[in-house]
Amino acid sequence: MTLKILAIDDSKTIRELLRSVMEEAGFEFSSACDGVEGVERYAQVQPDVVITDINMPNMDGYGVIDAIRKGTIDNQVPILVLTTESGDKLKARARDAGATGWIVKPFDDVSLVSVIRRVTGMVA
Amino acid sequence: MQMLDDTSKSEVEFVTFSAGEQSFSIEITQVREIRRWSPVTALPHAPHEVLGVMNLRGSVIPIYDLAARFGLGQTPENPRNVIVVAMHGGQTVGLLVEAVSEILSVSREQIQETPDIRSEMARQSITGVIPIENGMTRVIDLGAVLHSGGRAVA
Amino acid sequence: MSNPILDTFFEETEELLESLAEGLESMQGAEFDKETVNSVFRAVHSIKGGAGAFKLTELVNFAHSFETVMDAVRSESLALTPQIMHTLMRSADCLADLVDAARSGRTIPDEVTSGFLTALQACLGEGEIEAVDAWDNFEFAAVQLDIGPLDGSAPEGLAEITPAEPDKAQVGYQIDFRPHAALFTNGHEPALLFAALADLGRISTWIDLSQLPEWAALDPTDPCLSWRVELLTDESEIAVQEVFEFVHGLCDLTIGPLFGEQVALVAEPSMPIQLPEITIQMADPMPNDVSQPDIPQPASVAQAPVAPAPPVVAKTKAERGEEGSEAKAPKATLRVDLDRVDRLINAVGELIINQAMIAQRLQDMTTTRDDDLVMHIEDYRLLARDIQEGVMAIRAQPVKSLFQRMSRIVREAADATGKLAELVTFGEGTEVDKTVVERLADPLTHMIRNAVDHGLESREARAAAGKPPMGTIRLSASHRSGSVIITVKDDGAGLNRPKILEIAKRKGLVAQDAELNDAEIDQLLFMAGFSTASTISNLSGRGVGLDVVRNAVQALGGRISIATTPGYGTEFTIMLPLTLAVMDGMVVTVGGQTLVVPITSIIETIRPLPADLHRIGTDETLLSIRGRMIPVVDVARSLGFPSPGTLNAPLLLLVESESLGECALVVDSVQDQRQVVIKSLESNFGSVPGVSAATVLGDGRIALILDPDAIAGGRVTPAYQMPNSLSNAGRTAHANA
Repeated sequence: MTLKILAIDDSKTIRELLRSVMEEAGFEFSSACDGVEGVERYAQVQPDVVITDINMPNMDGYGVIDAIRKGTIDNQVPILVLTTESGDKLKARARDAGATGWIVKPFDDVSLVSVIRRVTGMVA
Repeated sequence: MQMLDDTSKSEVEFVTFSAGEQSFSIEITQVREIRRWSPVTALPHAPHEVLGVMNLRGSVIPIYDLAARFGLGQTPENPRNVIVVAMHGGQTVGLLVEAVSEILSVSREQIQETPDIRSEMARQSITGVIPIENGMTRVIDLGAVLHSGGRAVA
Repeated sequence: MSNPILDTFFEETEELLESLAEGLESMQGAEFDKETVNSVFRAVHSIKGGAGAFKLTELVNFAHSFETVMDAVRSESLALTPQIMHTLMRSADCLADLVDAARSGRTIPDEVTSGFLTALQACLGEGEIEAVDAWDNFEFAAVQLDIGPLDGSAPEGLAEITPAEPDKAQVGYQIDFRPHAALFTNGHEPALLFAALADLGRISTWIDLSQLPEWAALDPTDPCLSWRVELLTDESEIAVQEVFEFVHGLCDLTIGPLFGEQVALVAEPSMPIQLPEITIQMADPMPNDVSQPDIPQPASVAQAPVAPAPPVVAKTKAERGEEGSEAKAPKATLRVDLDRVDRLINAVGELIINQAMIAQRLQDMTTTRDDDLVMHIEDYRLLARDIQEGVMAIRAQPVKSLFQRMSRIVREAADATGKLAELVTFGEGTEVDKTVVERLADPLTHMIRNAVDHGLESREARAAAGKPPMGTIRLSASHRSGSVIITVKDDGAGLNRPKILEIAKRKGLVAQDAELNDAEIDQLLFMAGFSTASTISNLSGRGVGLDVVRNAVQALGGRISIATTPGYGTEFTIMLPLTLAVMDGMVVTVGGQTLVVPITSIIETIRPLPADLHRIGTDETLLSIRGRMIPVVDVARSLGFPSPGTLNAPLLLLVESESLGECALVVDSVQDQRQVVIKSLESNFGSVPGVSAATVLGDGRIALILDPDAIAGGRVTPAYQMPNSLSNAGRTAHANA
């Protein structure tokens, strides 16, 4: 089964980067450009992993996590928080919000794919 | 000159044609199409070798009388006259010539340096010569033909 | 090789820089909301993020400092003083430069950016900007996890996985792990953690079922299993910790050396984390509470990353709420390659010409006139027009981005001249053809610089005149009857006409004894070679005068005028056609050639009585009309076409020209009035004096579009310049003869 990834980020550059890495790794990739669209896409795509930015217009990453975790569709899906902000504060906050893990930008393809495997147990 | 420096391909193809009763040629990669003569719209204050502009599928392209450009006199009207449409550096231009002769395929080595000639215009605009059956054909540097600023053939 | 994602980055960055500038602009105003600050922060943040992905270090570093300051502003720990505002604006400029540099593969010398960095640092006062840590934070780069597919024996059958013979070089760890409910709600799965551990070495797992309640009491959301894992590995403890990185705080976790003979083999005896095994019962493990910041942190997670300070979290939550409520759906847009649009515009142009050709044919077929067909052709014409308007609208873009760039020019010019100046813009949403926007950038830049440099007075002079120290440059755009009007207005001292005249005389631009009226004096500013060098600085100078501005505006088919009120300032008005692709023209015959004259410049068509024409000297003719004398220009002759030479009862087009005022153009006849598609002559040839462009007529032939201003101004020959230099000095004779 192909792993379905949904990436939510307001930066097109980041979306495109993720797309190239994910498609290279053989995942099925879809994306959304803000939290609101992300939550909508989530319902449509029903991905196996969600990667979301934190700082976004309309609805931020915490909102996305909240919506998914409180929702009815696979509310225990792995959600990875994607952010340039590193540091423990943010990680703890993301975790408290219900994130499964985090990815610190800039990422490289190896680390990215390995994180996905780590939270899904799937091999590309 | 640039095109002669490119040694990656040994065979080069040229379109040869006659203008002012001399043989000229342009590298085939620069030639877009060959069209029948059709009336042009004259441009005010244009140099005498610029016959005017023509509508080429919506683009306005200038038509040069190649013979006049090389100081060989205006090309006389003749139903055989054709326009060689060529591209150079993003510019599309038409060259009025008496007739198109042939496609010439030569190796790089066959192109000889332009002999020391007096006409500055010719020296600048002709990058080399290729011996052919009845003499030689002059390889035109389109850029120089179009851009040899201000020193039109007197 | 171009990298399409890198292209995307630069495209996106362009937009981000715009919204950055826009946001900063509105932050300057007294009223701005949090979302504005947020959007500015986000823009910088996104640029940093993208730049990081491409290892554009300079850009990342600068954006990082910028972001840090913006973060402080956002959290209101930094008050927005005018000084800080200024620094932010200049930093945005610098950021734009760094982006530019990155795009063209240049580097900007450190000295240039360091000034800005220092200024940013100064904003924070005591607070240090931490070095960019993004680089070191490849959280997972070091951990090369290659989790294979879970073999059946791993999670469910957890009874025991028999370890193979321990390797001598290996270290043993004992891991006690009890997940909390939140671990599951956060999307974790213990089996995956074990699989990850299994990747590090050999594991043995025991499951502790002792906490399992009676079936009746079983709460499926309350996990009650715990595991002990023994791991033999040659990896460091850090690697083991990293496996649990994501679940810190979501479980009780103890990682300790495996007691027994392996203890001595622990590579780093640096205090393995020893925590008492305390089972914390989650008070309310409902998933919707997981995100609440005030959940007490389990005591056992002391080793977990610092827990968030509640106030910060609460604050951000509040912001989040605001963001949500103020969410406005962005307009959906489509990014299209400009070439495609231009191809479409070209094709539509052809369509219109094609329609005209058919209509003309039909008209010629007088014998078999078919009213129905005529009607259909008329419908065709209207449809083609509709399509054309629609397509042209694609090329239209608001002047906003152009105007935004100007605020930078004002800042730079103000800094360079030691004046205080602010830019106020109006009508940013006014849409203009993209090419116009692009080609207006340089002239507008010059005008803005000029306005600050020459228009505004020095601070002292302003104070003396009772004006506020801050000068205002007003930049506005609007649509007016098929044209775009752009004005640049300063609130300076107005033109110093006596001085302008004096300079013009000194430079020999006008005769020493010339007597000029105010309007004529103002026009001197547009003369080539006029430069008020004695007035100021190296800023506006640069060898560029307003004549260049005027030429650029005219090249766009527009005109520029000037109005000044002594003591109150000067206003330049640029009037431009809405589009560069079509225009309404009068088709005329001149010297046997078909030409098109832009309708906008024609006042009226007249056939004067011979008595109204007066010869002056050998060659010049004046027309007397309504009590005024206006010059008559023989268009054929000025274009070098054969001229009838006799002007007994010529047909005249009265045109309004920039330089000469009204003027009458002699034409043979008027054929028609129609919209024509403008075709550039410059792309394949060069500019032609007296001709602004060309168009294709119904019969497929080309007609030249006259530039009435150049013809009227007699600038036909002097202005003769062709980028491609197919010039010819011998021709001068024609026009000035």
